[in-house]
Amino acid sequence: MSGILEIRDVEVTFEVGPLMRRRSILGVAGVSFDLHSGETFAIVGESGSGKTTLARAINGLQAISTGSIRFDEQRIDTLGARSMKPLRRRMSMMFQDPVGSLSPRMKVGNLIAEPFRIHGIVDKNPSVEVPRLLSLVGLTPEFADRYPHQLSGGQARRVGVARAIALNPDLIIADEPTAGLDVSVQGEVLNLLNDLRERLGLAMIIITHNLHVVHHVADRMAVMYLGRFVEVGDTDEIFRAPRHPYTAALLSANPEPDPDKARDRIALPAEVPSLLARPAGCEFHSRCPWVAARCKSEAPDFVQSETRKVACHTPLELGARPPEMEVTQ
Amino acid sequence: MTVLAIKDLNVTFSTEGGRLHALKDVSFDVPERRIVGVVGESGCGKSTLINAILGLLADNGSIDAGSIAFEGEDLTRLGPAKMQELRGQKISTVFQDPMGALNPVLSVGRQMRNIQYRSGRSRSEKDARSEAMLRQVRIPDAQAALARYPHEFSGGMRQRVAIAMALMMKPALLIADEPTTALDATLEVATIELLRELQQDIACSVLFISHHLGVIAELCDDVVVMYAGEVVERGTTRQVFHTPRHPYARRLLECDPARQSGRTRHLPTIPGEVPDLRQRPPGCVFATRCDQRVDACDKVPPDVAVESGHVARCVLAEAR
Ligand SMILES: Nc1ncnc2c1ncn2[C@@H]1O[C@H](COP(=O)(O)OP(=O)(O)OP(=O)(O)O)[C@@H](O)[C@H]1O
Ligand SMILES: Nc1ncnc2c1ncn2[C@@H]1O[C@H](COP(=O)(O)OP(=O)(O)OP(=O)(O)O)[C@@H](O)[C@H]1O
Ligand code: SF4
Ligand code: SF4
Ligand SMILES: [Mg+2]
Ligand SMILES: [Mg+2]
Repeated sequence: MSGILEIRDVEVTFEVGPLMRRRSILGVAGVSFDLHSGETFAIVGESGSGKTTLARAINGLQAISTGSIRFDEQRIDTLGARSMKPLRRRMSMMFQDPVGSLSPRMKVGNLIAEPFRIHGIVDKNPSVEVPRLLSLVGLTPEFADRYPHQLSGGQARRVGVARAIALNPDLIIADEPTAGLDVSVQGEVLNLLNDLRERLGLAMIIITHNLHVVHHVADRMAVMYLGRFVEVGDTDEIFRAPRHPYTAALLSANPEPDPDKARDRIALPAEVPSLLARPAGCEFHSRCPWVAARCKSEAPDFVQSETRKVACHTPLELGARPPEMEVTQ
Repeated sequence: MTVLAIKDLNVTFSTEGGRLHALKDVSFDVPERRIVGVVGESGCGKSTLINAILGLLADNGSIDAGSIAFEGEDLTRLGPAKMQELRGQKISTVFQDPMGALNPVLSVGRQMRNIQYRSGRSRSEKDARSEAMLRQVRIPDAQAALARYPHEFSGGMRQRVAIAMALMMKPALLIADEPTTALDATLEVATIELLRELQQDIACSVLFISHHLGVIAELCDDVVVMYAGEVVERGTTRQVFHTPRHPYARRLLECDPARQSGRTRHLPTIPGEVPDLRQRPPGCVFATRCDQRVDACDKVPPDVAVESGHVARCVLAEAR
């Protein structure tokens, strides 16, 4: 296995607020990880934790303020648009908003042929490629004549997959690839991505809120909170024994499809801190059931073992319950 | 009492390739004070159903037959002005992306005041009510929050603000289309608990659309399962989740990755394709993908009541 992607200490800064009162916030606040060919890496974390921003930074769509990004051993965060273009062909991005990311005036057939045009690929015949790609994602050829607004959310998502795989990339970054899909189509899309991963040895980053999906598709995963990774490791191991309190709460919250299931949840206060006012010390302390005095002033370093990194002063032991056990229902 | 009664609803879109029959003979009720979940294949017509109820079908769409009775009044016969009056007052909505419901250039307080334009309250009464509503959805420091703009809230809080706004006028019916998909599991659970609490408080009914079967199981009293524009099964959440009677409903539940006990790289799917909705098959709409198909399936299957309140549109449902 060779490393296809190497991310080191990446930060992304945004300027926010009215002109006279500009302030900067850290959308991504120091993220490092490696990705190998043929590997699937999942990023979970709540809305606004910086997942999309990180994905855009890797893809060169978002400038980073600190750190470095290497793709296939080549530093890419410093490349200009021109030198980035041939690389982007090997790195494709499935965007989060399926309908919004498709130009409304183009028919599906043209949208799917667009990557070939953009990258000047003339040896592929669109009238062959478009139906082939449509059928790969489970759509009939007649969809080539539809406009995006005539598609359901799920159909638009499949068009997005078809575009992403059109050029046989080495890396796919899929931002919520199955949000809005029913479980059967979700399975189809994930199986399809997985087949491609196996056949072509491509690497994949999947961003998703669906923990059941993560469990089945990802080799390794990272849990993001306020722009940082708070836990990174082998997916199976994290599901078996989460060590960061936020990860434990996430996994315990996961709704199960059984109306009579007894639920034993780690309840968290719903108030997520603003990026404009990051909590001092451990940034999770305002919601952490295990918070101790030290957590409020001292930021934890990563506790690192062979296969796991956890940013917490006192990582959880297997099956740990919060101090005053709060159980919902 | 039934808040919303949909009866034999048929909706078509005119397209280049002919008329697309997006909803076919859809019937179900949303009873008073109940949360009804709608699940089904992507493209089965959930958004079309909502748009039909709200009177917001695309220009190329039309209601060809059937009725949508809201508190006894047929919405398919109401004019646009009357419909607009209902929306936001008696029927309100929450969508996946709360930014769609919020105006980015107005403060939250201002927007919440605007919704109450017909309430006859004074300005300070309105603000007090807005503040109370924000407190109810657990926005910290609710009074200061009124002065803030939508982008100054995180995604989860924004969704709560949208819910507060949707419930402001105490609607009789709340329609929620995937309101929690953008939230992480902890906030998703917190949001559905909140919805349940507010629903009981306000005593409204909810029509809740989601692909997340876990969320449906946890939140909803009743479930409607749709496939290719038809309601193929409906019943209480327990009836449908524990003893699904339509082969599609059964397969759908089996495909949930949450039900795969071991870790698998190859997730189960339902082989085959949804029929072209411009040429619906003459018999059962699921026949091309059904592994229990018999000769009788060539004819349109009846709606079979397998138990009180539990209905499946399948010839086999009768046999048992
Ligand atoms: N262009 C921008 N200008 C200012 N702030 C931004 C910009 N883009 C993102 N942000 C902020 O950066 C943070 C991270 O946003 P991002 O979209 O990466 O989150 P996310 O984890 O993808 O969330 P979601 O799950 O809701 O998609 C958020 O607080 C967001 O408001
Ligand atoms: N304006 C339109 N013109 C033509 N066809 C349309 C139009 N709007 C929707 N359709 C078609 O009608 C069917 C139902 O679409 P709808 O958006 O209601 O599905 P949905 O159940 O909401 O799907 P999803 O879960 O993917 O959001 C689909 O086959 C879709 O392609
Ligand atoms: S460092 Fe303290 S507050 Fe932070 S996650 Fe660990 S126990 Fe909780
Ligand atoms: S009617 Fe026949 S084809 Fe349709 S779901 Fe029932 S058994 Fe299957
Ligand atoms: Mg995102
Ligand atoms: Mg929809």
